Amino acid sequence: MAHTGELAMTVETETTSLTADCLLAATCNLGRRKILQRVMFGVFRVASGVNGLALAVICAFLFYFGLPALSWEFLTAAPRNMMTEGGIFPCIVGTFLLSFGAMLVAFPLGVASAIYLNEYATNRRVVRIIRLGINNLAGVPSVVFGLFGLAFFVTFFHFGVSILSGILTLGMLILPVIIGTAEEALRQVPNTYREASLGLGATKWQTISRVVLPAAMSSMLTGAILGLSRAAGETAAIMFTASVFYTPRMPDSIFSSVMALPYHVYVLATAGTEIEKTRPLQYGTSLVLIALVLGMNLVAIWLRARLQKKR
Amino acid sequence: MALKRQTKEKAIKSTFLMIALSSIMVLALIMIFLFMEGLPIFRVYPVSKFLFGHLWYPTSDPPDFGIFPLLAGSLAVTAVSSAIAIPLGVMTAIYLAEIARPRMRQCVKPVVELLAALPSVVIGFFGMVIVAPFLQDIFDIATGLNLFNAAIMLAFMSVPTICSISEDAIYSVPGELREASLALGATHWETIVRVVLPASTSGISTGVILGMSRAIGETMVVLMVAGGAAMIPTSIFDPVRPMPASIAAEMAEAPFRGDHYYALFATGVVLFLFTMLFNIAADHIAEKHKQVGAATL
Repeated sequence: MAHTGELAMTVETETTSLTADCLLAATCNLGRRKILQRVMFGVFRVASGVNGLALAVICAFLFYFGLPALSWEFLTAAPRNMMTEGGIFPCIVGTFLLSFGAMLVAFPLGVASAIYLNEYATNRRVVRIIRLGINNLAGVPSVVFGLFGLAFFVTFFHFGVSILSGILTLGMLILPVIIGTAEEALRQVPNTYREASLGLGATKWQTISRVVLPAAMSSMLTGAILGLSRAAGETAAIMFTASVFYTPRMPDSIFSSVMALPYHVYVLATAGTEIEKTRPLQYGTSLVLIALVLGMNLVAIWLRARLQKKR
Repeated sequence: MALKRQTKEKAIKSTFLMIALSSIMVLALIMIFLFMEGLPIFRVYPVSKFLFGHLWYPTSDPPDFGIFPLLAGSLAVTAVSSAIAIPLGVMTAIYLAEIARPRMRQCVKPVVELLAALPSVVIGFFGMVIVAPFLQDIFDIATGLNLFNAAIMLAFMSVPTICSISEDAIYSVPGELREASLALGATHWETIVRVVLPASTSGISTGVILGMSRAIGETMVVLMVAGGAAMIPTSIFDPVRPMPASIAAEMAEAPFRGDHYYALFATGVVLFLFTMLFNIAADHIAEKHKQVGAATL
């Protein structure tokens, strides 16, 4: 009897000391765990800072070396003297034509696709297949789009190396961007809008065209701007289909070839007659290009933030 | 009247379906035309020699169209860039979704988006004129235009893809899971590593695969920065010539519908199949492990 009591007591003391140990260890551990957390969070913070740093460094270098090259003449004159002097006006015009043209092709197609996916589609199988197609199209490398444009528009349809071929190729390339943002815009229109309209006796199409689309239009425009900027910065897709090394003529129809900013940067930087001498021109052209592209993106981001605030 | 309205509605619906199918049609056309212009090379050059031949001398006589060095270059550049981009992208995503205050988030997110928007030719130009001489100096190597340089530049192009998709995945992990873990006494860090990350693995892998697919298909950067030597790299400072670079650089000089032209299209087919594989894998993972709510985890 006494024996068991003794045993019980030892067990008890052992447990208490054990608990104390555990507690002590746990608090120690908690300290260590907290330190680990702080260190790791610091690492994460640095990692996300690296992205900002990369963006800042690229932009800073281009501004630093590009700004001195910018002048009114640079923006409004044509290249001269084997492209070692003069400006980039034809390239700016070419880039504008190509990206706005691509937008005109892709926007209606993309919005209509999004309308089908978000408003009409009932068969999940069909939706899944279409989605798979869109995702795959989004993943096709731009140089493959270039090859396709060369084989399909330039050769098969005999459009030649022209604005038209470039517009169509770029249009296909930005289609997934437009569809994605248009779908997002449609999803944000509250269902009560649709129900109210249908309840008043409107047909599905009347509901979509008079209620849903107007409500979603401003968000869709954000997507349009993003598509525009993507098309403006694209190089590989237009190098076989629309843009040429150098052309003395300004484009006069959709069948003429053009110069474009991104391709001009590439040409000057790698294949020019005097690569070192034209460095200022290269920096200047790059600066104009990123100013254009980042400017459009900033507008899109700002627009989106404003729309979100309104909601 | 009602009947007329109904037929009209039906017609409108089928019109939209036709347009929605256009993406698939474009994809099919891309495939058809790539194969049409690429397959003729196999009439004069065997497939196995094309894929595994170690010599790419398209203009010598007789020409050699072994794309193995180009393939190796593409894979090496993608692997090295992923080694940089995956940790960076996922860590940024965790920071944005879990740690950052809303105000910080509002600053960092646009930065990542702007990084994604930078035209590839500008990144290539930057790598060529700034990074290349810099690498040449500090590592004391023959040329700064090499695999490593291209990989760094590509990494910053795939970080935004990896980051935004991973962030969505992490963000959509239900709050109950976090709360349960914190209530059991885990620290925030332990909750992230042992609960949130396992719960969002499928989303993160989707992002990683899509980021890699972007890296393997990216053209201008590897064209301008990778160095352009068609050989199998033995160190990360070797110049390489990945597939997209080869296509972009040689297409202008290749005689129309000559063997070289066909070989470049066939390279395009290989590239296309690679990215398609990546995309289907990503889609499969995303679809199979769709997070619907706490109950499915």
